[in-house]
Amino acid sequence: MISQMLRRDLAQFFPFAGAGGGGGAGAALPVIFFVAVAMLYPFAVGPDANTLARTGGGVIWIAALLAAILPLDRLVARDIELGHFDQLALRGVSEEVMMAVRMLAHWISFGPPLILAAFPAAALLQIDGPTLHLVLLGLLAGTPGLAAIGLIIAALTASLRAGAALSGLLLIPLALPILIFGAGALARADAASIGFVAAISLLLAALAPFAAGAAIRAVR
Amino acid sequence: MQGSAAPQICANDLACRRGDRVLFRKLSLSIGPGEACHITGANGSGKTTLIRTLAGLSTPYAGEAACTGPVGLLEERTGLDPELSLGAALDFWFALDETRDRASVLERLRLSALIDVPVRYLSTGQKKRAGLARLLGQGAPVWLLDEPLSGLDTASQDLVCTLITEHLASGHSALIASHQALDVPGLKTLAIEDYAVPLEPLA
Repeated sequence: MISQMLRRDLAQFFPFAGAGGGGGAGAALPVIFFVAVAMLYPFAVGPDANTLARTGGGVIWIAALLAAILPLDRLVARDIELGHFDQLALRGVSEEVMMAVRMLAHWISFGPPLILAAFPAAALLQIDGPTLHLVLLGLLAGTPGLAAIGLIIAALTASLRAGAALSGLLLIPLALPILIFGAGALARADAASIGFVAAISLLLAALAPFAAGAAIRAVR
Repeated sequence: MQGSAAPQICANDLACRRGDRVLFRKLSLSIGPGEACHITGANGSGKTTLIRTLAGLSTPYAGEAACTGPVGLLEERTGLDPELSLGAALDFWFALDETRDRASVLERLRLSALIDVPVRYLSTGQKKRAGLARLLGQGAPVWLLDEPLSGLDTASQDLVCTLITEHLASGHSALIASHQALDVPGLKTLAIEDYAVPLEPLA
């Protein structure tokens, strides 16, 4: 049952899920946005390789954080409107399981694609090998946390009319610890703070299904 | 039949509210195997709230409501993905419910020709029939049907009544909220307005 739910959620959210899927252009938007920021940054600050290499890692982090906002408006609200969660509840699936599956599908749909997109972004920002290594490790540790925060916010704002706009405002402060430790690892060139990022992500991922599950039960 | 078998749908002194208004109170009902109840009432009188409370999707304000066994719920929202083709959208639920007679369910509801059409292009009546297909495929012993006849043509309305009759004949139970008359033998009727709470007069 869970594998069927996951497969359906991935068809909805994974970019390029193919014909029949709800994915397509909308789901690919975060990755396109992410690369677009990396592409525009050199135009804005000039092509000086030193400046780019020094600040590029931080730009990638900011782009990743903002890209994580984009899928939130359709993450939970749509399936509440469709009655999808109600029908699952009637089949004995708890809201926590629904939300855990949704979080996993959400992370698979934007985490790994962003990590892959970090390679062209790093080339555009002239980031060197060791820094890129830290960026990739940091994104791998940080994106599950971003997915968890995103899920909680999407579930909490699902019943609000201005939910989509609000979710962006809510995600930024909540994602700050991930950004501080993730981008901080680049400045000091030490991998230890990535451990902090991973710990924050782990905690958030453990809490999110319960928080989001309670939120969708409350709006029913 | 009451007393001879445990009720499948049961409400005891139930009161429900929507927002901060209590819609009805002291509503008790008991529907056993092979029985069905037709809930009538004006718009906004609480029929949908009653059904969602019985399904366990809303919390009662007072009293208790319960169904024994798996519940099949048919409501305005079909739970089918609008972008998917009808066949793919139904197959998700058929897979969850381990439906074996997919072809005969689709045939019965005259949906076989529509399986490649995206759900969002279906008409109101076709969507309703798609919801009924999901319900049939689920094979749940308890049916909670919210306006199963709305938007359907005469032939489909007759089909729904036949489906309910067959469902009851196999020892299952149903609770149906509808504005239309239902041609189902042995149907009990409950007017929800008998339990309505009058609006408080302004002081």
